[in-house]
Amino acid sequence: MEGTILRTENLRVSFGDNLVVKGINMEIGEKKVTAFMGPSGCGKTTILRAINRLHELTPEAKVEGKIFLHSENINEMEAMTVRRRVGMVFQRPNPFPTMSIYENVISGFTLNGIKLKTDEKNHIVEDALKKVALWDEVKDHLKKRATSLSGGQQQRLCLARAVAMKPEVILLDEPTSALDPLSTAKIEDLLYELKGNYTLIIVTHNMQQAARISDMTAFFYLGELLEYDDTKKVFTNPKNEKTQNYITGRFG
Amino acid sequence: MTPYDIQGLQGRRVKDRIFTSLVWGLTFSCLAVVFIILFYIFEKGIGSLNWAIFSQNPKPVGENGGGMLNAIVGSLMVVSIAAILAIPVGVSVGIYLAENRGRKLSDRIALAVDVLQGIPSIVIGIVIYVWIVKPTGKFSSYSGSIALAIMMLPPIIKNTEETLILIPTTLKEASLALGASYFRTTMKVMLPAGIGGIFSGCIIGIARIAGEVAPLLFTAFGNPALNFNILKPVDTIPKVIFTYASSPYDDWHRIAWGGSVILVSFIILLNTIIKIFESRWKVQF
Ligand SMILES: Nc1ncnc2c1ncn2[C@@H]1O[C@H](COP(=O)(O)OP(=O)(O)OP(=O)(O)O)[C@@H](O)[C@H]1O
Ligand SMILES: [Mg+2]
Repeated sequence: MEGTILRTENLRVSFGDNLVVKGINMEIGEKKVTAFMGPSGCGKTTILRAINRLHELTPEAKVEGKIFLHSENINEMEAMTVRRRVGMVFQRPNPFPTMSIYENVISGFTLNGIKLKTDEKNHIVEDALKKVALWDEVKDHLKKRATSLSGGQQQRLCLARAVAMKPEVILLDEPTSALDPLSTAKIEDLLYELKGNYTLIIVTHNMQQAARISDMTAFFYLGELLEYDDTKKVFTNPKNEKTQNYITGRFG
Repeated sequence: MTPYDIQGLQGRRVKDRIFTSLVWGLTFSCLAVVFIILFYIFEKGIGSLNWAIFSQNPKPVGENGGGMLNAIVGSLMVVSIAAILAIPVGVSVGIYLAENRGRKLSDRIALAVDVLQGIPSIVIGIVIYVWIVKPTGKFSSYSGSIALAIMMLPPIIKNTEETLILIPTTLKEASLALGASYFRTTMKVMLPAGIGGIFSGCIIGIARIAGEVAPLLFTAFGNPALNFNILKPVDTIPKVIFTYASSPYDDWHRIAWGGSVILVSFIILLNTIIKIFESRWKVQF
């Protein structure tokens, strides 16, 4: 694939004796939106966490195989560097509860010890909040605790926090699953906006969401990649029977 | 419904009532004991509080009047240095335990902390006497602080650990996922989120040692003069209460009661501080 930003080579992840991701080979296009789909427990979250090297926090997790960011093997890079270049938005909104809205947006910089001038910070905060369409709602109380926001607003704040760092890739693990339809629509709009400037990988169980915002769709089943193609093709003309069943709602 | 069922139900109701009144009764007796003790101390002591107690050093034996300025200063000195020594160590150990749950080393440390909590304070005093006072050849304020610091460790360690393990891991992951180092994540995300619990652990630690005499007998010893030098012995409020209360002089008894009121008020103040800050610094996840 031309313009590949991420590539996995026989990626395998196990927890203890339980092999959960069973040798994934795939390439993720740069500045594309890739949707990860598949029934619960098939290893989607596990793959995202492998890309962000978060499995290092789980002693029983073992990651084998290779993941390349451009041409660098991420397991040979500094974990902190990988995570700075690959942002992540989690399933449940997790703003820092002790920080204000403003501090949350800028937290990627402060937590990395990057010193910025006040107007630089103001600029970054405003820019990131505008990108996630939260600016108008919060601009008058940026000093308030982030946890005073609604769940949907918190999730957009978390997206702003990731976007502010200008990562090359943003991983989104079911970012709208804890949200109401209106907040979900807002986040989808946003992702649609971000498309073209960022590489996004989004895990979702929502077909409409995948169909609407993604360029490519990957379908996983029991830790294997069954189908990976243009979103249109996967949805209109799936090659694999299991994909077809899943999409038509016959299992999953 | 069969009669059998109804019977059982009534039996349960009676049991329930007995149990409820038992709980109420016990709660009330507990509170009553606390209030009676407090009332007694304040009744005896409040009258003996005067400006002299706070501003004068003790008078020589046989002379009436005087105060415990030396002991108040000594207590503040010994306790604050103990806190300065114990808090960084205790919080660090608490962090270690919270971050390394289930590992062999942390199980051993946790066991050691439990054992430490059970060691009588007099034994800690003797150990510090043998380790520090004897080799240096003199009693000193700082050796008392070290003994008290050791006693402060368990509550600080436990509160830190218990507070930190209640913080959702998603918060730590959020910070690490931004590329933050482990150290900054701990300092800027985890500790601030747990500050209320950690702080109250520190205060509980201070409250625990503020009234201790036993570990100070062989370390800070006592000193009728005002002293600001941590290398020299000092008097402390509990030590003065101990000496004065067991003396035959009425005026010393009076001062001992005054000292008790000061000490008890300090403990009440610490507990109030805990309550205020726990609610004010409550972090909502
Ligand atoms: N920390 C862990 N320890 C042990 N097993 C784990 C751990 N995390 C995930 N697993 C296992 O790995 C498998 C895949 O989990 P994963 O969370 O990746 O699924 P998923 O595709 O994201 O599912 P969902 O759609 O429900 O989020 C599951 O069987 C799960 O039990
Ligand atoms: Mg998942």
